[in-house]
Amino acid sequence: MGRAVKIAMAGEGGQGVQSVAQILMDAAILEGKEALYIPNFGVEQRGGVTIAFVQIGDEKIGAPKFKIGDIVLALSDRAVRRTQMYVGPQTLFVYDSGIEGVEGDLPKNAKQVLAIPALEIANKKLLPRVFNILIMGAVIGATGVVTLDNAKQAIEMRLGYKFEKNPELRELNFKALQEGANLVAGMGGVIGEGIPVRSQ
Amino acid sequence: MELQPKMPKSWNLESKPHKFCPGCGHGMVLKALGQAIDELGIQDRVVFGCDIGCSLLSWDFFNVDTVQTHHGRTTPVLVGLKRANPDLIVVAYMGDGGGYAIGAQHLVNAANRNDRITAILCNNTNYAMTGGQMAPTTMPGQKTETTPYGRDIEEAGYPMLGPEMVAAITHEGAYVARGTVSKLRTLKGYLKKALENQIAGRGFSFVEALSTCPTNWRTNAEQTWAFLEDKMQGFFPVGELKVPAEAAGGASEG
Amino acid sequence: MSEKPVEGERKVFMTGNEAVCWAALAAGAEIMYGYPITPQNEIMHYWTRNVPKFGKRFLQTEDELSAGFTTIGGVLAGRRAFTATAGPGNVLMQDPLAMAEAMRIPVVVVIQQRGGPSTATVIYSQQEVTLTCFGGNGEGLRLVYSTSSHQDLYDYTIKAFNTAWKYRFPTFVLADGYQAKMRESLTIYDPAVRGIDMVPTEPFLGKPGRIGEGRKAVHLRNTYNIEEELFEVLEHDIADYERVAPEIVEYDSFSAEDCDLLVVAHGVVFRSAAMAVRELASQGKKIGYFRPITLRPFPQEQFRAAVAKAKMLLVAESAYGQLLKIVQQNLYGSTVPIRAMLKPGVGITPEEISDECTAILAGNPAHAGCPLAGAGAGWAS
Repeated sequence: MGRAVKIAMAGEGGQGVQSVAQILMDAAILEGKEALYIPNFGVEQRGGVTIAFVQIGDEKIGAPKFKIGDIVLALSDRAVRRTQMYVGPQTLFVYDSGIEGVEGDLPKNAKQVLAIPALEIANKKLLPRVFNILIMGAVIGATGVVTLDNAKQAIEMRLGYKFEKNPELRELNFKALQEGANLVAGMGGVIGEGIPVRSQ
Repeated sequence: MELQPKMPKSWNLESKPHKFCPGCGHGMVLKALGQAIDELGIQDRVVFGCDIGCSLLSWDFFNVDTVQTHHGRTTPVLVGLKRANPDLIVVAYMGDGGGYAIGAQHLVNAANRNDRITAILCNNTNYAMTGGQMAPTTMPGQKTETTPYGRDIEEAGYPMLGPEMVAAITHEGAYVARGTVSKLRTLKGYLKKALENQIAGRGFSFVEALSTCPTNWRTNAEQTWAFLEDKMQGFFPVGELKVPAEAAGGASEG
Repeated sequence: MSEKPVEGERKVFMTGNEAVCWAALAAGAEIMYGYPITPQNEIMHYWTRNVPKFGKRFLQTEDELSAGFTTIGGVLAGRRAFTATAGPGNVLMQDPLAMAEAMRIPVVVVIQQRGGPSTATVIYSQQEVTLTCFGGNGEGLRLVYSTSSHQDLYDYTIKAFNTAWKYRFPTFVLADGYQAKMRESLTIYDPAVRGIDMVPTEPFLGKPGRIGEGRKAVHLRNTYNIEEELFEVLEHDIADYERVAPEIVEYDSFSAEDCDLLVVAHGVVFRSAAMAVRELASQGKKIGYFRPITLRPFPQEQFRAAVAKAKMLLVAESAYGQLLKIVQQNLYGSTVPIRAMLKPGVGITPEEISDECTAILAGNPAHAGCPLAGAGAGWAS
């Protein structure tokens, strides 16, 4: 229905899922695309799985939420279970390989299930704090919804004030973005056009 | 989940771990209440009602009959229950909005009628579940989502002193107290006396519990406790405000 | 201090609640009264933050009864006043809204529909249509705009103030929790740069001047002694309402002339319907849509014209027949078969509507999704 890519990202509070959604939205706007983002929300202030529903495309987006995602990303064990309902035969399901005890909960009906060592790479090669930017890179790498350039610009817009004080953070964030993109594309997890692994 | 040594028997194990935020005072108040119910042996007769707001998360907290109502309407639902079946021990559990804003008329009228119910109100100075707006108990200068520049007394009035108001309008037989989660055993003592007051059929019983909300106060553990003990207790004095003559001297603490 | 909140026009990206707040500011709203309830709280959050900068006023009341009655007070004082609520708050607000309806007081209310009845969910539905259009103990002399995008939210919040003050009926912007919380682009603007003049307000009470010297005391009431007195007042108000309805109604339609299937939807469900219909139409299917923008007054004349050549209707809503019964009422006498996709409290996607339309167009009445609507609105025949 139209050309919008449907992205669902889920994790625990504090993992930065909603921040990634915001930055992706900014990047989509920069790219001149139509975009819509809605977080899940319920009565509890804290403690539930946090989900971001993001849609980016060329035409005005239809419904704010979708039944089945093109890409569904889960960053915790609860998120894996909670996001089963958004997985269909064409869905790319991505989860962090560091999550334990979810083998039995992984979707059996997805097009492809991908375990990416996002947290491991963030911890070992980068810094834990850019874990969510790495995830953002993974989403972009898999879907090609925005260019890495626009993603970087969006990151600059949101986090630029932090980079003023600490310029190394800029490189770190941009590196995380690229790492994430490489990760998914390198594992063959690409839907639609994705982006070339070797960009800029 | 197994019964932990410190968990009241009247707690519902299936709903643990509970859904309250880390550092929330509700868990502590409900623990004190659970202990009081255990000690009085009234688990089978208790009906626990909760309001809208964070108190609604207690709807399946206890292993007693419970009913989650509408905002501010827990008091009248439980008054209705008690009038129809006086053998029940009814506990109306609510927050500052449910008791002092939208539910104020019900609280005032139940108090004036000396309805034999026990109302317990958690005061954390904000509307927490809806995202931290001003509550009747928000203190002067306190920043909330609807007082982003601090509560201005000229515009928004003073924080409500609920137990003081209830004590002023209730009649002989009523029990009114204000406790705090930072003095939990004392609070439990007040809750127990409040319930005993209902069991003995003397009159309306009301306990306000000063409680914590680090999520919306945006405080860490240390700051949370400081806010509770220094700021809040400075504004909302802790103690028993009204004790029926027959109840005085029968202290049930500890 | 009092600069214009919105100068010129510019494209922005924000949540629906924020868009409502900016529209109210741009429209020159002066005072907001409100009580917290999800999912409209952020309207108050944004408003209170802008109070000092733009010289606005705000009162958080003790509940929604008070929010409605204080808004009436603000309007009686001649201010562009508004409030916002949802779900159980909307239920409570019917008491003051009935008074506003009876006394022709132009209050503006934004409704962010959530699941119902009772507390249900804080999230989304289209289950407050009946309540918003016909709530209270009156005849539904209300003006209701149903928005389906942030641009709508902005445009119609501004328009609501003008419609209310020009025609003197309580006016509503009916949206929902999805619209409130989602983020998308819109263009915010100063109404003046679009040639929109704000209808001036005037006090009902406390007008300037000395009593007896050119100023008469005003006595407002909503109570009558005998039935005939009431009837006369209602006759007059109803005549007013019916006279101005044609000026107020708004709708949107696509390819309605001579279609095999006409999809009828409002609010955010309309977005999904529009997408599904346009896609199927581009594949050569004879399909169209009709979107009522004003639910009250309903664009009956235009709707009947659109339906005249349709072979079948599909009504889709996130409620159990609240739009359907308005549709049926306005189509009385028409024999066009109506199928209904009724999903109280849950969203409806373009895919769901598309699948259903495809099945209907293929002549597959066995498709379990949408029963034929019978004589009772919403309930399968």
